[in-house]
Amino acid sequence: MTEPTKQPTKQVSLNPVPVKERMKMPRQHMLEQSPLERAHNFTEVNLGYSEELARQEAQRCLECPKATCTIDCPVGVKVKEFVQLIVAGNYMAAAAKIREDNVLPAITGRVCPQEDHCEGGCLMGKKVQPLGIGYLERFVADYEQGHLDISNLPKAPPTGKKVAIVGSGPSGLTAAGDLVQYGHQVHVFEALHTPGGVLVYGIPEFRLPKQIIREQIDYMRAMGVEFETDVVVGRTVTIDELMEEEGYDAVFIGTGAGLPQFMGIPGEHLNGVYSANEFLTRINLMHAYEFPKYDEPMVDFRGKNVAVIGGGNTALDAIRSALRLGAGKAFILYRRSEAEMPARIEEVKHAKQEGIEFQVLAAPLEFLDDGKGWLAGARCQKMALGEPDASGRRRPVPIEGSEYNIPLAVVVIAIGTSANPIVQSTTPGLATNKRGYIQANETTQRTSRRGVFAGGDIVTGSATVILAMGAGRRAAKSIHEYLTTSGEW
Amino acid sequence: MFKILHAEFLAPGIKRFVIEAPRIAHKQKPGQFVILRLYEQGERIPITIERSDPERGTIGIVVQSIGKTTHLLNSLNAGDSILDVVGPLGKPSEIEKFGTVVVMGGGVGTAMAYPTAAALKRAGNRVISIVGARNKELVILERELREVSDALMITTDDGTYADKGFVTDKLRQLIENGTRIDLVLAIGPIPMMRAVAEMTRKEHIRTIVSLNPIMIDGTGMCGGCRVLVDGKSEFACVDGPEFDAHRVDFAVLVQRNSMYRAAEQKSLEEFQHDPESQVESVRTGRTGACAVEGDGR
Repeated sequence: MTEPTKQPTKQVSLNPVPVKERMKMPRQHMLEQSPLERAHNFTEVNLGYSEELARQEAQRCLECPKATCTIDCPVGVKVKEFVQLIVAGNYMAAAAKIREDNVLPAITGRVCPQEDHCEGGCLMGKKVQPLGIGYLERFVADYEQGHLDISNLPKAPPTGKKVAIVGSGPSGLTAAGDLVQYGHQVHVFEALHTPGGVLVYGIPEFRLPKQIIREQIDYMRAMGVEFETDVVVGRTVTIDELMEEEGYDAVFIGTGAGLPQFMGIPGEHLNGVYSANEFLTRINLMHAYEFPKYDEPMVDFRGKNVAVIGGGNTALDAIRSALRLGAGKAFILYRRSEAEMPARIEEVKHAKQEGIEFQVLAAPLEFLDDGKGWLAGARCQKMALGEPDASGRRRPVPIEGSEYNIPLAVVVIAIGTSANPIVQSTTPGLATNKRGYIQANETTQRTSRRGVFAGGDIVTGSATVILAMGAGRRAAKSIHEYLTTSGEW
Repeated sequence: MFKILHAEFLAPGIKRFVIEAPRIAHKQKPGQFVILRLYEQGERIPITIERSDPERGTIGIVVQSIGKTTHLLNSLNAGDSILDVVGPLGKPSEIEKFGTVVVMGGGVGTAMAYPTAAALKRAGNRVISIVGARNKELVILERELREVSDALMITTDDGTYADKGFVTDKLRQLIENGTRIDLVLAIGPIPMMRAVAEMTRKEHIRTIVSLNPIMIDGTGMCGGCRVLVDGKSEFACVDGPEFDAHRVDFAVLVQRNSMYRAAEQKSLEEFQHDPESQVESVRTGRTGACAVEGDGR
């Protein structure tokens, strides 16, 4: 494993296109299912690059001496190098180059908000459209999957140290993938019946096919990572028991954003009102959209009015899922304006293409009962934008007298999550902040408990897949240091 | 994969299983539950743990055939396996010396009340158990409950065994006789728990019920199991499953549990149309499920 900081100093470009011509090349679009078609299926929206498109796009890279793309990547993927390997047509080497820093390239290539990281840092983006780094990463990862023999992956010499990873979401998988390459024995515990955490229960098939996650996990198994599902750490076994009775030398906690937040307004208990976590878990983990082939049921969405409250990626995943379940009218209800929405740009674009309506600057005050315990609608209030709040986004301010009713059959609440207390409450001496998240050092991911590290949403609150992966990567490095030095804390 | 070591019907449609689950057996406390899933396309259902044996690494569950999943489960036998069993989940029952405790079990709820009754007895309480069932055949765990109770009363709806009537009739008698009751634990069908709550509310007797809302993950992640307690949402999987009966909105619980009734009915009908092949497909989806002699405890 190499560190992301030092770059080779001199390199002969293999790119046949002169640098000054590259800015003139248009960004290559990825093929997509047509909006009309995809709005009725759960198959992936993006269809990928062909080799030709990938090489054309790769040729746009300016090969900047100072790779801001890499600097802005939470796991430090060596973008310039892997892109040049695509130009050279050496896709397997490109994949290996990405894997030096990112053990889940097929996943980040699909769900990472590239505009906030690598593509946001891309110099071309100042003048024209940035290099399609996410698309290229995805192309390479998919190419690798089709051509790789995972039966014979190189293994690091064993160190004899055992590390437990709690949670198999993005941070846990990343930590596991890095730690196993250092030669440690790595055992991942997952509470649900399938590994992958939020990648499995949270992100829908049309954005991240489950097959991709299975392949990435199979790859990690082939690297030597062990997975144990159906274990709720804190309940089935405690952190202390893992360390004292099961012989783990270190533990990484990556349990994710736990409890769904509700709004605390009247009518939230009505039938037809879901948390985003429940709604998405039913669909993604339990395949409720395939009922009765799968046993998990879902209320009938066909022809009905469905609203999702919130403006993040989870809200968009939920409303686009509702559309695919046959909703007659599907809309986002967001209390700020579109400019403040935290969702990825591509998701907003895709949602609009599919016919999702955006009712912004509005929030529900109450969910209305049809008299039989089912949702009939929502009483909403219009908002105006005030001064920026702690998040830096302009604060929504209610407009007096602007109340109005909308008829609704289903509402999904996607306004965020709070810390799940199961691990914290069963691990004496593990310090948490006042909101219940685990306190961990930002560089070493060390917690207050010796040998216990934490990262991802359970430390930061809800964030993104790639930020959690960054934390997992820092934790792996820090755990390795802890296990191979005197173990001072 | 969790192996079934022993399986026996306690009553028509009510089956007890002993399952190999060492991690859960090691940690289980009375009042906690597991979530299980039978096969790849299956749903996840919560079932209270009836008992556990940490030394053998086994847990016991008692299951009543109600929907498709429980019918399928009750078609399995020793030697079969359950794909997923996760737990122990939920907060354990509060066990301390309260004084006189009335433990009430309605139907299969008796099996859920049993471990808590036993623990309350061990904690030095005087335990009066009241068990109710529709008829004689459905009275379960009588011997076991008698062993951990200072007194055991049984009612059947139709009078085919013991006293005709409902468990609440017995509770009313105790109250009218002036029996000092420090705590009531009631586990059973929602109407029974609600009736108990109404009766004890007037008498200011602290009453605990164990709730059974629809659940998916069981770790607090989805919020599907939220119940209205004192007008606020609480999650049965992490805040419960036991709650103060006088604070629970039973009407909302009934309403939310009815959310998927049509789909559940459809699943059950499809299952009953051809149960054998479905049971067979659950069995053959397994690897390494070889017959094991039941340990019978």
